[in-house]
Amino acid sequence: MGVRTLADTSVGDTIEARTIPVGRDSLVAYANASGDQNPIHQDEEFATSVGLPDVIAHGMWTMGAAGSVVEEWAGDGGRVVEFGTRFTKPVVVPQGGGAVEVAGVVKSVDEATRRATVELTVTSGGDKVLGRCLAVVLLD
Amino acid sequence: MAVNADFVGRTYPPSGPYAVTAEGLAAFASAVGSTDPVHTSSEAARAAGYADVIAPPTFAVTIAQQCDAVFVQDPEAGIDYSRVVHGEQRFVHHRPITAGDEVLGTLTVDSVRAAGGHSMVTTRTELTTTDGAALCTSTSTIVIRGGE
Repeated sequence: MGVRTLADTSVGDTIEARTIPVGRDSLVAYANASGDQNPIHQDEEFATSVGLPDVIAHGMWTMGAAGSVVEEWAGDGGRVVEFGTRFTKPVVVPQGGGAVEVAGVVKSVDEATRRATVELTVTSGGDKVLGRCLAVVLLD
Repeated sequence: MAVNADFVGRTYPPSGPYAVTAEGLAAFASAVGSTDPVHTSSEAARAAGYADVIAPPTFAVTIAQQCDAVFVQDPEAGIDYSRVVHGEQRFVHHRPITAGDEVLGTLTVDSVRAAGGHSMVTTRTELTTTDGAALCTSTSTIVIRGGE
């Protein structure tokens, strides 16, 4: 698949919802790749001792997973030129694993700068976990 | 303990350089579930117009968080790290972070404010190459939960 073009992009275009599983092993891999070794993302006893319901995913794992969905839509990861979010709720990752669901919609297209703004909806267990999650993609 | 508002506006000397490696980018891409070959294949990256494999959109946080440490771990700043959660994150990319880059990060404390018993601290890290080329502006808001 090539890089997404301005001609092929319109306001209201959607990124089909997909479910991304997240296991404890995913969080260990993210911790090692990112350097964020906070035990709330790996150690159930520690997490519950500080008042969390269970191990929770790194917020940046969740944002990163959403970023992977946008870059696939863009056709080239280097085309995601802006990306921002609020972290509204934690993604709980029980022993048997959890999941996030990611979907998106094109909110605006700037023809002069060839930029599309995509809003992502990211939920886990029915709860919105990212708020105002917006990516700007540079179109071909 | 309140966060020290005297730090607002402070810009630290650049930290780094942080070396960006192909192995580090591939591990990060895998960890966030990316299958885009521009992160793992030099050939694919060059075919897309890059000098070498490039970083996924959120990779910059791994460098920005190392730059933050000088501030968040400063006892004078008054940040209880055990009560910190990530509130917001934003990246503006100026050019993709690429394997082989030697990255410098310049940290500025943009704001400190109180909201509903919590403290919110926004920092901005400007990432550049050691040659001065702009890579990414990473803006992060952490929330220090109140309590007791």
